[in-house]
Amino acid sequence: MSTKHTIAVLVNDQPGVLQRVSGLFGRRGFNIESITVGQSEEAGLSRMVIVTTGDETTLEQVEKQLYKLIDVIKVINLSSKPMVARELALIKVKAEPSARPEIMGVVETFRASVVDIGTANMMVQVVGDTVKIDAMIELLKPYGIQELSRTGVTAMIRGNA
Amino acid sequence: MSAQTPEVRSTEQLREKWLKPEVITGSEILLRSLLLEGVECVFGYPGGAVLYIYDAMYGFEDFNHVLTRHEQGAIHAADGYARASGKVGVCIATSGPGATNLVTGIATAYMDSVPLVVITGNVATTLIGTDAFQEADITGITMPITKHSYLVRDVKDLPRVIHEAFHIASTGRKGPVLIDVPKDVSAATTLFQPDDRIQLRGYNPRTVPNKLQLDKLARAIEEAERPMILAGGGVIYSGAHEGLYEFVNKSGIPITTTLLGLGAFPSGHDLWTGMPGMHGTYTSNHGIQQSDLLINIGARFDDRVTGKLDGFAPHAKIVHIDIDPAEIGKNVPTDIPIVGDVKTVLEMLNPIVPYAAKADAWRDQISKWKAEYPFRYVDSETVLKPQWVIEMLNDTTKGEAIVTTDVGQHQMWAAQYYKFNQPRSWITSGGLGTMGFGFPSAIGAQMAHPDRLVISINGDGGMQMCSQELAICAINNIPVKIVVINNQVLGMVRQWQELIYDNRYSHIDLAGSPDFVKLAEAYGVKGLRATTKEEAQRAWAEALETPGPVLVEFVVEKGENVYPMVTQGSTIDQMLMGDA
Repeated sequence: MSTKHTIAVLVNDQPGVLQRVSGLFGRRGFNIESITVGQSEEAGLSRMVIVTTGDETTLEQVEKQLYKLIDVIKVINLSSKPMVARELALIKVKAEPSARPEIMGVVETFRASVVDIGTANMMVQVVGDTVKIDAMIELLKPYGIQELSRTGVTAMIRGNA
Repeated sequence: MSAQTPEVRSTEQLREKWLKPEVITGSEILLRSLLLEGVECVFGYPGGAVLYIYDAMYGFEDFNHVLTRHEQGAIHAADGYARASGKVGVCIATSGPGATNLVTGIATAYMDSVPLVVITGNVATTLIGTDAFQEADITGITMPITKHSYLVRDVKDLPRVIHEAFHIASTGRKGPVLIDVPKDVSAATTLFQPDDRIQLRGYNPRTVPNKLQLDKLARAIEEAERPMILAGGGVIYSGAHEGLYEFVNKSGIPITTTLLGLGAFPSGHDLWTGMPGMHGTYTSNHGIQQSDLLINIGARFDDRVTGKLDGFAPHAKIVHIDIDPAEIGKNVPTDIPIVGDVKTVLEMLNPIVPYAAKADAWRDQISKWKAEYPFRYVDSETVLKPQWVIEMLNDTTKGEAIVTTDVGQHQMWAAQYYKFNQPRSWITSGGLGTMGFGFPSAIGAQMAHPDRLVISINGDGGMQMCSQELAICAINNIPVKIVVINNQVLGMVRQWQELIYDNRYSHIDLAGSPDFVKLAEAYGVKGLRATTKEEAQRAWAEALETPGPVLVEFVVEKGENVYPMVTQGSTIDQMLMGDA
């Protein structure tokens, strides 16, 4: 059964390491839904969080193939444990002054924030799990979304898990 | 090989010389580091971006550099050297086209897990990314076909990078490692500080298996009524052939060896069933399909071995021993996974392995099949049959030569009719199936074993893909016996077009090929031709008696097919057996 998996990959912060990882996914036919990369708690190491879909066998192959890369230090299947997963989206939505109060209502409900206001649009920032952001986008669609940018998921296992 | 006799020095004296901390160029660091890794021979081709490296090699006597006539020849030769010797093969090429000409050879080595260190030049770091003359992103191009790669941007990193590269290439599941050296890095000077530490947090190949899994395997052998061993190239690469011999003798389990596993087990042994798969023996394929316990030792369940996966070994409990965890469960679901170095695994397994006592009827069945279904062909007194030629090569050399092949029908016939008894005697491109590999790989094998007989068996197609390396044999007097099995056609393609594409022979006629005897002679290599059995025996005897390189062309039947054959999409017991 094909399901969504979130995996964290601790890698050497070396030139080309993103290419090695994404290239591996590409040539082995593994799907990448999102990928985020940034510093980790240790100097010289970066943490990638990759959301991928596939069955258990595919996931096992993904993990094993990742471990074959010399620059990969550790692979953790986050979604096998209780985790916190977040992404951030910036949404530029059409907002004539008359529509603004209604949009503000949606923003407040989602505990999102307005980070910029133009003459005829607003930029909304929303943080949350993927489902929340999907829902927010759905609600803003009727007003006219002019531009949308999502960071992709970053995630961690909960402290006591 | 060199005519000059270098100043004789002991290894210690030489090491002392190489280790000396001096301010030297990146190129000199490269050469010294190679020497410290034990390199005796490199294959290469110079060019603009490696001029500093070649300048450092001027008058250099500490290792042997073989100048090939094409970079592809260099890398296949390095590959043949590595497979024959068990050491790391090394080749050098320049940036851009020099580097891209290595790509096929790198992929060949990667697919067959051959340890290579591939050194390429690149344009200066200041020019990288500007589409400079002869610039190619070779680390990017080769990322999917190398075990690891380096682009060295600082000369100070060179000693560490080279040491790591040899470590990575030659440990765990072996493979090619590429080191890209920009021109300014090979020119820059620094204090040479040899680095013999390995600090690779992300690289810890597991060699020692889980003991509990070994116990499980021992119990499974006790219970098995129809056990079968499938042994592959991993046995040879880990030096486990003696352990395997003991394992088979103790357990009494019939054994099939894959194309890359030929030589891992003596072919004369009662329990050996030959090669499995697409052109394997009846006994091996039916043995696998009917087995209730299939023990894979260092093979990777390649599609040419398994045939249709759904329906492969349907009754068997699957045991898979492999150094690479990613191979386990990749193609075939596994019941007892054993991750470890084959040699270590067998050393731990042999003291506890039981005799498969319930398998008497099975062993009888196996020997009946062996007697009933050997490889067969219809011989002829009017035309030479390729199978007959291989049998003659086998008989006259008692199966003791190192044999390299190209890819196609002749490769399968060589695998079927040459009877190997020693590891590292059979060198063939199995995974990638690279035409043009057969001849240059023989040059490398001969460099590794100057005193052994090396036979390179080629088709008339593949021989033309790297024939320029005849020059290397002639100049260096490398005494490879080059066999061309000439059927004037791309035989394996012809066979598929006959059997699967309704005799629609599309673009397979090799009319216009050179006169191979004259081609050899043009390079100063002796050439001989045979069209009958008598001529064949005479020519081959002459070739064996001739001290240097010789090319012998055997003109054979055009329409001969390789049998048995399992067509794609069939399970491996659905075999076309041919007319014989």
